[in-house]
Amino acid sequence: MDQLSSADTETPEEAAPATDDAREAVLAEFTSRLGDGVLGSHIRVGDDLWIRVDRAHWLEAAEVAKSMGYRFFDFLSAIDWLPSPFGRDMDAQEDLVVAGTPAKEPEAIVQGYAGGDTRFQLLARLYSISAGMGITFKCDLPDDDLTAPTWSNVFAGANWHEREAREMFGFSFDGHPNMINMYLPVDFVGNPLRKDFPLLARRVRPWPGIVDVEPMPGVADEEGEGE
Amino acid sequence: MTAVSDPQSVAALVAEANDNRVNLDFETEGMTLNMGPQHPATHGTLRIIARLDGEQVISAEPMCGYMHRGYEKLTEVRTYPQINALINRIDWLGSFANEVPFILAAEKLMDVEAPPRAQWIRTILFEMSRVANISLFLGDFGLQLGGMTAGFYAFRDREWVLNQIESATGGRFHPNFDRIGGLKDDLPKGWIEESHTAMDKLLAFCDEMEDLLVGNEIFQGRTRGIGVIPAEIALSYGLSGANLRASGVDWDLRRDNCPPGLVYDQADWKVWTHPDGDCFARTWVRLQETREAAKIVKQLLDTIPSGPVMAKVPRIIKVPAGEAYVATENPLGEMGYYVVSKGDLVPFRVKIRSASFNNISVLPWVARGAYVPDLISILGSLYFILGDIDR
Repeated sequence: MDQLSSADTETPEEAAPATDDAREAVLAEFTSRLGDGVLGSHIRVGDDLWIRVDRAHWLEAAEVAKSMGYRFFDFLSAIDWLPSPFGRDMDAQEDLVVAGTPAKEPEAIVQGYAGGDTRFQLLARLYSISAGMGITFKCDLPDDDLTAPTWSNVFAGANWHEREAREMFGFSFDGHPNMINMYLPVDFVGNPLRKDFPLLARRVRPWPGIVDVEPMPGVADEEGEGE
Repeated sequence: MTAVSDPQSVAALVAEANDNRVNLDFETEGMTLNMGPQHPATHGTLRIIARLDGEQVISAEPMCGYMHRGYEKLTEVRTYPQINALINRIDWLGSFANEVPFILAAEKLMDVEAPPRAQWIRTILFEMSRVANISLFLGDFGLQLGGMTAGFYAFRDREWVLNQIESATGGRFHPNFDRIGGLKDDLPKGWIEESHTAMDKLLAFCDEMEDLLVGNEIFQGRTRGIGVIPAEIALSYGLSGANLRASGVDWDLRRDNCPPGLVYDQADWKVWTHPDGDCFARTWVRLQETREAAKIVKQLLDTIPSGPVMAKVPRIIKVPAGEAYVATENPLGEMGYYVVSKGDLVPFRVKIRSASFNNISVLPWVARGAYVPDLISILGSLYFILGDIDR
C-alpha cells in the first residue's frame, strides 16, 4: 500500500511576487507559438492568466496549450456581455415603455479582463498539473456569425461543454460530432443564458432582494460601510 | 436512402460496420436498452440509452437534463448571500463543500479574508461533508452490486456526521452556513468532543467497509479490470477527484492549488492514488480519502484558534468589478465558480464548473465494449450526483 501513496503533504512556502515571472513566461511562450493570434492578455499576479485569441486561431490555441502541458480540460462556456435589459425592479426598458416613460439610454457593453470587441465571448479554461497553473481563454464571436471550431478533437471533454454552450447561447461549433441538446427539450425556443432572454419568474414577481438595497436608517449617507 | 455506387466507399462502410460489431462470431441482432430515467444505479433521473449486441454495450449515451434547474441563469438575479443558499442544492450530499469555492471567489474579488477561526471551521466542515458524501458512496456502491448490508451500514454511520453538521449549522442537508468574510455562527458548546467521537466512529466504519466491501471476493470480481480509464483519457475529459487519482494522476487541489481561506497545510495527511484506473481503484481511493478526511478533521479540531468567526464586511455586499475563478477539491472532484462581477449587488455571470458533469461525460468512452452488468459497476464507481451534472 505504501508504494501507492504519494509523499507526505508538503506545502511550499512562497510569497506572491510583485511580478509573476512564471505566468509571464507562459504568456511569452504561448504568444511566440501562436503568432498574431493573441489579441489580449491579463495577468493577476500569483493567481491567474487570461489570454484572448483570434477566432481563426481558436483551435490552434487548444493544440498549442496542450503541447505546452495544459492537458487538463476544465470547462468551456461563454459570456454574454450585453447589460441585461431587464432591471431588478420594474424599471426595465419594457416596463418604461408600458408606463409611457421615455426609454433609457442603453448601457454600453463593457468586456472584462483581456478585453474584447463583441457581445459574445467564448470562455474556456485549461490547467497544467505539472506547472500548477491554469489559463483562461477567451475568444470574440461576431454577432452575425456565432461559429467557432470545435475543441472536441483536442480535448474530448469539450464535447458536452460545447453542446451546452450551443443551446444556452445559440452558438455553433464546426466539426462537432454530436450536436444535440444537452439539457433543454428539443422543441425549446430561445437561448436561456443570453441576457435578453427573460427570466419569466422574475418578470411576474418583482425581485425579492430589492428590500435589501434600501439604505438602513442612519447609514443612508455611508451606504455599504456597515457595522 | 442514398445509393452507394462507388466500390471504395462501399468497402469503407463495410469495414466500419465490422468495426462496430463487438463480437463477430456470435453476432445477434442489436437491441436498444433504456436505463432510466428511474434506475437505482443512477440515483436520480439520468437516462442512458445503451445499444447492445447480446450482452455487450456498443454505445451508451447519457441523456441529462431531467433535473436542470438553470442555476447559472438564476445567479444573475440574486445577490451573493442569496446565491449561497441556492448553490447548496448542486451536490446535495456535500452541500457545505459547494458553498466554499463560491464564497472564496467573492472574497477574492472583494479582497476580504476570513479570520483564522472561521478558516479552521470551514475546513473542518468541508472535510466532514466529504466524509458524509463518500461514506454514502461506499454503501450505495455496495448496494448497486448486490451487497445490501453495506448500504445499511453507511446510512447508519453517516448519521453521526450529519448530526455534527446539523448541530453546528442548523441544517442537516443544506447548511447555508458560509458568509462572505466568515461564518454565520461560532461552534456550539461541546461540539469539538462530539466531533472527535463521530470521526472515530467513521474511521471504524472505514475499517468495516474495507473488510465487508472492498475485501469481498465478489465485489473485487465485479470491479477489478472493469471500466479502465487511462490517465491521458481522464485528463482530456477533465475527470477530477478520486476518478482522476484512481488513474494514477497525483493531483489534489487541496494540496497542489489550495485557495487561500482553507487550512489544509495545517494538517498532516496524504493524497492517495492508484495505478489501475478501474472501478476497484476508484472505490479504493475514495475509501482512503474518507479516512484521510476524518484524520484531517481530528487534527484540525485540536488546533482551532480562538477569535472572531466573521471579518468586518459591509452590511450590503457589493462585489467590485472583476473576474475570478476559484476551484476546490469537493467530494466529487473539482468544483469551481467563474464569477464575473460588474460592481453590483448581483454577479454579472457565474459559470459553475461542477465535477460530475465532466466525470460522467467519459461514460460513452468507457462503456464501449463493456458488459451490461459492468455498466452498473462503471456508473456506480464514477460516482455522480444528479444535481451536480444538471445544475
